[in-house]
Amino acid sequence: MTTRITIDPVTRIEGHLRIDVEVENGKIARSWASGQMWRGIEKIVLDRDPRDAWTILQRICGVCTAVHAICSVRAVEDALKLEVPLNAQYIRNMMLTAHAIQDHIVHFYQLSALDWVDVESALKANPSRAAHFAESHSDWEGNSYAVMAHTQERLKAFIGSGQLGVFTNGYWGHSQMKLSPEINLMAVAHYLQALEVQRCSAKIVGTLGAKTPHIQNLAVGGVSNPIATDSEGVLTIEKLMQIKEQIDMIGAFLHNCYFVDVAAIAAYYPEWLRMGAGVNDFLSTSDIPIDTKGTRFMSPGGYILGGDLSTFRPISRFGDTYFTGGVAESVKHAWYTYNKGAGELPPWKGETTPAYTEFQDDGKYSWVKAPTFYGKPAQVGPVAAVLAGVAAGDRKTISYLDRLNEKMSALSAEKIEPSALNSTVGRHAARVIRACLSYEYLKANWQLLMDNIGKGDMTTFNQPIFPKGTMMGVGQEEAPRGLLSHWVVIRDGRIANYQAVVPSTWLAAPKNDKEQLASYDVALLGTPVADPARPLEALRTIHSFDPCLACAVHLTDVERKTDIQVTAL
Amino acid sequence: MTGESSGEIPLLSFVKDSVHGPVLEEELPERTVVLGIGNVLLSDEGVGVHAIKALAQRYEETKQVEIVDGGTAGMELLPLLEGAHHLIVVDAIRCGQPPASIVRLEGEQVPAYFKTKLSPHQVGLSDVLAALAFKGTIPGQVVLIGVQPVKLSLGMDLSPEVNARLEEVVSMVQAELAKLQCRPAISQNLR
Repeated sequence: MTTRITIDPVTRIEGHLRIDVEVENGKIARSWASGQMWRGIEKIVLDRDPRDAWTILQRICGVCTAVHAICSVRAVEDALKLEVPLNAQYIRNMMLTAHAIQDHIVHFYQLSALDWVDVESALKANPSRAAHFAESHSDWEGNSYAVMAHTQERLKAFIGSGQLGVFTNGYWGHSQMKLSPEINLMAVAHYLQALEVQRCSAKIVGTLGAKTPHIQNLAVGGVSNPIATDSEGVLTIEKLMQIKEQIDMIGAFLHNCYFVDVAAIAAYYPEWLRMGAGVNDFLSTSDIPIDTKGTRFMSPGGYILGGDLSTFRPISRFGDTYFTGGVAESVKHAWYTYNKGAGELPPWKGETTPAYTEFQDDGKYSWVKAPTFYGKPAQVGPVAAVLAGVAAGDRKTISYLDRLNEKMSALSAEKIEPSALNSTVGRHAARVIRACLSYEYLKANWQLLMDNIGKGDMTTFNQPIFPKGTMMGVGQEEAPRGLLSHWVVIRDGRIANYQAVVPSTWLAAPKNDKEQLASYDVALLGTPVADPARPLEALRTIHSFDPCLACAVHLTDVERKTDIQVTAL
Repeated sequence: MTGESSGEIPLLSFVKDSVHGPVLEEELPERTVVLGIGNVLLSDEGVGVHAIKALAQRYEETKQVEIVDGGTAGMELLPLLEGAHHLIVVDAIRCGQPPASIVRLEGEQVPAYFKTKLSPHQVGLSDVLAALAFKGTIPGQVVLIGVQPVKLSLGMDLSPEVNARLEEVVSMVQAELAKLQCRPAISQNLR
């Protein structure tokens, strides 16, 4: 018997992702991930000054404002072959990594944990045993009996007040919830602590970027933070010392709390290390540039074919032709049409002409385009980045993977091999590794900035000059959800074309020209669904990718029915 | 619920002290946040942001009143809203009213509104409010000024119909602030 389930929307954050699956004999047999909002944000920057694009494009998504802003200036700088002063690279790197850490923490604790943690069960926990368990696995200061007891009291009051419904998509009491009441209580305590810590990251981005959630300090050619060792109102040593304090706090939480919690989820849900594998070809980019030209990086990236690490080919510089020559987008199953008809288009020649039909299972069914790398779908995201790190022999990446396995060994006989990262829980493991790496990069860039200022270099900006004629540029970034690229064509100093190929496009894409599925669909196939009315298993896998379609697609014109009565004034 | 310190989880004292510095209770002003949300790239979807920008041109922010351009942010809003006594949200809202209608929701109506998904970015704000409720630091009073959009197509300008009512929206926010006895300082631009 076949049961069709439609989940819409899936996301706990902005965006309209819809998942249609057919369940046969208790397992998912067919899957259609789709975006139900129109994409086309890029059109808004056409014919504008390329120096202004980033201020507009950071509005693509409310979560990744700085991410899109920096990617946009990188695209214009690549077109101009404009070098970026070291101080500006370091400041941007600090904003990117601080943001990434916040994004990873929020993804795990606020957006995904409730798929694994039964909040109501925590009421039944013995706080003393919860504290004992937590303290035996980590010396995190937030694991004491007082914390556990207090968390439970607060939870009681909260549930008693009938407000639990504000947590969207919580499947309390589901048969697939497997943590003990004590571990559930510990997780709820950490959920609250994560809220405290993530704002350390927000504070760093805010201090450097002048404002959150929309940063103000970028410029094509650098950043607009004047650096001074004495004066107020600019980036002073005092402000940098405050940033260092935030960095240290974040480090303590990442290593002693987040890291341990991911190990616990992996230890108690080991079957999810073998489920939810997405596309087995991986694409990431080198990032965290530490020279002015974008040729030397802290974070390695590249392409891995068929999950075989020996096939790793690095993407070794910004604007690498191996990268730019490989990316194209198909609209065979997306609600767009290309002038030339069938086939794929590289982003620099990309078109965004809507062609809406109904939702057609075998025809067009999504507003998301289908990107490919040399004709094939690729999985982007923390898994791709960590695998690239392992393949490139990056010492830091390998060491964090080893440390995660060390933590796991105290809890279970399971081991996370690199190949197991391509799984539902593996994606959380890869993400905590990336969070820790981002912390290392953040700390290192802080030091590099201090040292460079110490040498007397205060430069933060190179003036961009726009020649007559046409030029193309790409901005690459290893964003929290994976590879992001902005593609710009500039003609006589104005934007002639602009396309953003975002991580969720790679992952949530419909089928491509060759009928190949992207990662969301691949990952869902074969997933058991115990209760079609409460498809928790499907959500676990989709949430592990951190779906955010805000930037992949946009705009809904659906009038949703509502029970609340409102009166016009 | 706001301002209660007894309900706070007794941990991560280091975070509190260093981020905020030790604050004496009598120094805490009643804080009101005026939050404009929406996507300014989708014409009327961004009416909330347009409204608070108009408001910010007239007033300087003070310790009592913060004017926040929330865009379509999610958890990033948490530190900005945390511990606020009053929250005034301005947003585009699709509520089945005639185009360019203005509605005002308050108290119990607001969480009810956020649970239904009338606009794409509410999922984010509802999660922020849920987290704040859980922590016990949700603003005591939440008022929402909503505008039924006319046009949601790509574009950075409001529709003429909504634009014509923008002044009214701003006045309504000012009236809310007056009710709360908090008057932000007049902007230097206008002095």
